[in-house]
Order: sequence, then structure tokens, then C-alpha cells
Amino acid sequence: MTSNLKTQIRAFIIENYLFGDTSHPLDDATSLIENDIIDSTGVLELVTYLEDTFQISVHDSEIVPSNLDSISSIASYVASKTILQQSVA
Amino acid sequence: MCGIAGYFASEGAFQDGHSVLGPMIGAIAHRGPDENGIYVDRNAGLGHMRLSIVGLGDGQQPMTSASGDLVISYNGEVFNYIELRDDLIAQGHHFRTSSDTEVILHLYEEMGPDCVTKLNGDFAFAIWDKKRRRMMLARDRMGVRPLFYTWQNGVLFFASEAKSLLTVPGIEAEVDVYALDQLFTLWAPISPRTIFKNILELQPAHLMLVEDQRSRTSPYWQLQYPQGQGTTQNRSENEVEEELLHLLTDATRIRLRADVPVGSYLSGGLDSSAVSAIAAKIVPNRLRTFSIRFESAEHDETAFQMQMVEALGTNHSALTCSGSDISNIFPAVVAHTERPILRTAPAPLYLLSRLAKSEGYKVVLTGEGADEIFAGYDIFREAKVRRFCATRPNSRIRPHLFRRLYPYLTGLQQQSPEYLAAFFGTDVDKLGDPLHSHRPRFRGTAAAKMFFSSELRAALKGYDATDDLASGLPKDYGRWHPLHQAQYLETSLLLPGYILNCQSDRMAMAHGLEGRFPFLDHRLVEFASRIPTGMKLKGLAEKHILKRAVRDLVPETIAARPKQPYRAPDSRSFMAGAIPDYVQESMSASAVSDTGLFNPVAVEKLLAKCARGNPAGYRDDSAFVGILSTQLWHQMFNRQSQQHAVAAE
Repeated sequence: MTSNLKTQIRAFIIENYLFGDTSHPLDDATSLIENDIIDSTGVLELVTYLEDTFQISVHDSEIVPSNLDSISSIASYVASKTILQQSVA
Repeated sequence: MCGIAGYFASEGAFQDGHSVLGPMIGAIAHRGPDENGIYVDRNAGLGHMRLSIVGLGDGQQPMTSASGDLVISYNGEVFNYIELRDDLIAQGHHFRTSSDTEVILHLYEEMGPDCVTKLNGDFAFAIWDKKRRRMMLARDRMGVRPLFYTWQNGVLFFASEAKSLLTVPGIEAEVDVYALDQLFTLWAPISPRTIFKNILELQPAHLMLVEDQRSRTSPYWQLQYPQGQGTTQNRSENEVEEELLHLLTDATRIRLRADVPVGSYLSGGLDSSAVSAIAAKIVPNRLRTFSIRFESAEHDETAFQMQMVEALGTNHSALTCSGSDISNIFPAVVAHTERPILRTAPAPLYLLSRLAKSEGYKVVLTGEGADEIFAGYDIFREAKVRRFCATRPNSRIRPHLFRRLYPYLTGLQQQSPEYLAAFFGTDVDKLGDPLHSHRPRFRGTAAAKMFFSSELRAALKGYDATDDLASGLPKDYGRWHPLHQAQYLETSLLLPGYILNCQSDRMAMAHGLEGRFPFLDHRLVEFASRIPTGMKLKGLAEKHILKRAVRDLVPETIAARPKQPYRAPDSRSFMAGAIPDYVQESMSASAVSDTGLFNPVAVEKLLAKCARGNPAGYRDDSAFVGILSTQLWHQMFNRQSQQHAVAAE
């Protein structure tokens, strides 16, 4: 599941922040902030994308770099939210 | 205020003087619509387009000295020319005209090149000293008036604008990729480099002497700050504000000297309000003022402008600027900036100067410079908050201060403290970085370089504009207070390289209008540099000492209002209705491929994203405006399209 998530998230990042440029270094652990891939508006775009695509609700307190600053961390966060929401349901 | 052009062949004769100078001054006719003139002799030639402001009937140029040994072509104003003239008359000099131009000639006769140290003004000029066979170029301290030059086959060519040089056969427009990288990082090329490869600018506060087949360029003035806090440390705020007001009043008074009426811009902010208030007390009739209004509420300052109009009783005119107004005139704006720009902010000023000129005005005062010398910009407060956060890296409270700095950035208002700290870079180990204050801005701007083509990246070979900037800082820079370091970067790089060039001189001179800037009087600049940092930025209160100094001149609501940076709608200006054809064409895959500077696929996606109206933050806006203006610049200024550039005006 995480692998599939990473693929989806990577595609979103490449399309939305790198405008299709696949030559930009972007591995699973690449920091989106330190590599100037995302800005403050971009974070809000990312949250909207995650909520719409994965049907999760991102709380304000969860909008932190430790959850959203790399493909790996985003995938882990989404996976944990999905599992949590499924268990609640 | 005028346009100048010329050449100097230090070896042998130059045959085609008239045929070269004619097109050179023709290309900058907008700078001086009143008169023109050409001087040519065996080795040198000077051309001039005149905007008559002082000495209307007798100030024609190029002007020759009574001895016939000196010829000058001069753009600008020397505001202390009356005092200098009196001194020179006392020393036995005889004047034939009432112009400030002749004052420079006499002063040069008396002092040689050192004469520039006596001039209080905004100028760029060339003096051909026939006896010594020396060509001297000089530019004012702050870089208000432009002066570009290039060499071709041993001949020096110079002019107020690059488009003038491009009329010379053999001088081609070619992009300087390092300057482009600097523009997409720092907002401005690092002087003397320009976006035109092989065309340089004479740096502000510099002289160039060409004689004996040698060229020497050297500074005659330098912006300096004291070590530590400031050298007026032992003076009270009352004493400092008193001297500040005295200097600002005198700087404004001498900038009202003209044989034509002088108006004033009113932005609604503190700086232009203070200048207008001082001017209103001095001018004999009602002061004439001009303002920009915006359709978009977030950019508009009409309410504050009208408070000042009522308080001063000025005769006021305003124009309302829409997004489509900006998109309609954007190509003409780029034709005059002669460089890519990352913001549309120059465009409304182009419209405002057109309004002032259409109302019969040739000269306006503005408030430019106050934010640099009295620490008004957000970036000064931002740097202070970043330092404050760095001392308690785990604090979740301190990063909230970033939101207070940028109430108008909605994306930022919704961020967590962790993200705020990460975006602004609050690492304690970065405090020794000489560019610490500006690093987030430079990084944020440089993000747009992701659109650079692989060919351009290869040509740049890993070049880093910030390293280049840091390597050229003054040797004492490291001993200055962090606020003074940040002020130096704003005043020496951004002010001449972007604000004065792109927003002030070029937008005004596009319509033959002269801007005058009391806050950039060098006496005031030097005084402000010595004021203790805590009087300029008190806590997070910007321009503290200036607000105190002018509190009796402006309404309390103007003095107390938080700084609102001058901004204009960026990418959405072009998306209000149908996207203009020139935008579609300039950013099309084929046009972008032809230029070779950007990745056509990425540009296409950026255009589509902006057209969809998706949130276009700082990065997308900078990239969009930067790429569009670069594409337009390339179309206008490459050799084959030279006529198009002129037509766009």
C-alpha cells in the first residue's frame, strides 16, 4: 500500500511543484522544503490534494514538516490516517 | 533629466560620428523630448536628448566650456547647483547660462574628476576633456540615473539605456546567462553586470576615466556603516529626530528647484506623505499630487491617500489600475526596464508617470529610499524574528511572529509554527551567514530556476549567484550590526538594481518624467547609516525614528499604520479575461524552445496552472512574470527584433 501511495504522491509532486520535470532530484527522503520544492502556498495545495484524493481529514496540528516534508513521510502519514479512519469506521 | 549617448576612440580617428550618434540618441528620444544635440570631433562624440527643467532657454547640450576645451553631455540634476555656482563665481568663474550643466563644467575646470564629490544630485554624465584627451563618465551615488557602456574594436560607447548601444553596428544583444541567474535569485544583476552580455553599467558612485589608451573605474563614495550599534549612540531620540527632519526638509527643498512646476506622488504610506507634506509648505501654490489606485482591495491604499490629500489640501489626480491595464502595457514596460522582472509592480508606475506627464508635469517627488535607509521593509523585521527564533529553536510560540510580519500572505497565515520555522530558516548555525537576512528571499526566488532549460543549466556550470554576491561585500561588512548588513544589501543591490532602475527612472522616463527622491540625498543617507539600529527598528516597529520626526506633518493614522509594501497583482493580471495573445505566443512551447532558456513543457504547465486560477503563490507568480518578461525581452532585444522593441514603446 505504501509503495502505491508513494507513486501517487510522487506523481502529484512532479506534476504540481516541478511542472513535469522528472530530472529534478527527488527520492523518497528528499526534503521538500530544503530543496525548495514547496512553499507555504504549496503546503496548502498538498493538504487539499491529500484530503481530496485519500478521503482523509488533515487536522491543523498535523500540518507539520514531520508529516509532510518528504514522499516517505507523506505516505506514512496518509497510511496511518487511512488505517485510523478505517478502524474508527 | 535627459538621455545621453557617446563614444570615444582613444586610438586614431572615428569616422562615422554623426551617423552613429543619430540613431543612438533616437533610440532614447523618450527621455528627452524637448531638444536634442550632437557634438562630434576627431576622437569623441556626444549626443543628448533634453528634457528641459533648469535653464529652459540656455541649457542646450552637449555644452562646451568657454575655453572650448571641455564638452559635457549630462543627464540628471545637481540640486545644490545654486550654492556651487555662487562659490565658483566668488572664485572668479564667469557663467554664460543659468543651467546646472554649466556648473559641472566650471567645477571640473576647478577640481578635475574630483568635482563629483561636491555634487548633491542624481546624475549620469560624460565630460570630454579635449586638452587631456580624457573621457570621463560619472554616475550619482545611489544609482538613480543609469549609464551603460561597452567596447567595440577599442572604441568606448556609452548611453543612458542599452537600446541606444544596440543601434551601433556590430553591437549585438545577447543574454548574459550569469546575469539571468542573478535576476532569478537576487532580483537584480550584480553591478556592473547587466542582462546584456558585453554591456556593463557604470556602478553607482563610480567614475570611469579613459585616457592614454587606458580605462580606470573607481568609486568616489561608499555606503558605510559603523561597527556595532551606531555612532549617534550617545544622542537622544529628540536630537536625532530633529536633525533628521532638518535634513529631510532641506533635501526636499533643494529638490523643488526647477524652472517648471514640481508635483509629488502620494502612495498613502508614510514616506511619500512626509515628502509631500514638506513640499506643500514650500511650493507657492497648491501642491499637485498623483496616486495609483487598485481595483483589488488587497493592493489598494485609496483611503490613506485621500487622508493626505485632505490634510494637505493638494490638487490631486489618481488613476485606477486593473489587471487588464497591467497586462495591456506589460510589453512596453519590459521594453523600458530592458531586463526581465519578477513582479508586475513597475507597470502601474508606468501608468502613473503617464498620467503625471499628461497633466503637464515634468518632475515629481517620491518617497523612494526611506525603507532602505530607515529600515522600513518587512525583510528587516523578518531577519530579526529569525534571529529571535534561533535562540530558542524548540519554541512553538516564537514562530507565530512570522504571521504578524506578513498579514497579507494568506498561505503563511495558515501554517503551523513548525512550518513557519522551516520556511524562514531559524537555524542557529546559520547566523554567521553574511546573507542571513536575505537568504529566505533569495531561496524562494531561486525556486523559479527549476524552469531553466537543461542547456541553460549546463551553461551555468553550477554557478551560485549568492556566492558571487557574498564575495563582493565590503571588507568591513562582517563587523556591522546585522540590521546594517541587511540595509546594505537592500541599498546597494536592490535599490539601484531593481527599485530605481525598474520602478523609478525607467517607468518615469518612458514618458519624459523626472523622479526626485529626497530620502536619497547623500547627506540623509550618511546620517541614517549612523543612527543606532534600535532607533530605526525598535522592537518590530519599523522606521521608528522617521515616524517620530514627521509625526507633526502627517495625520496620526498615516504615521501609525503598519507598513504596506507596494505590490500589484501578478500572474492573475494576465488571467482576468482571455489570456492575451502575446502571452500565449511568448510562452508557447515553440517560442520557449526557440529562446532556449526555459523548459517548454514545464512552462506550458505553469501557464495552464495559472490559467486555471489555482493558488498561485510567490513561487508561481515569480516564475510566471519572470519567464514572460524574459521571453518578451528576448523577442525585443535580439538583433533581428530591434524594431519591435522600439515599436512596443
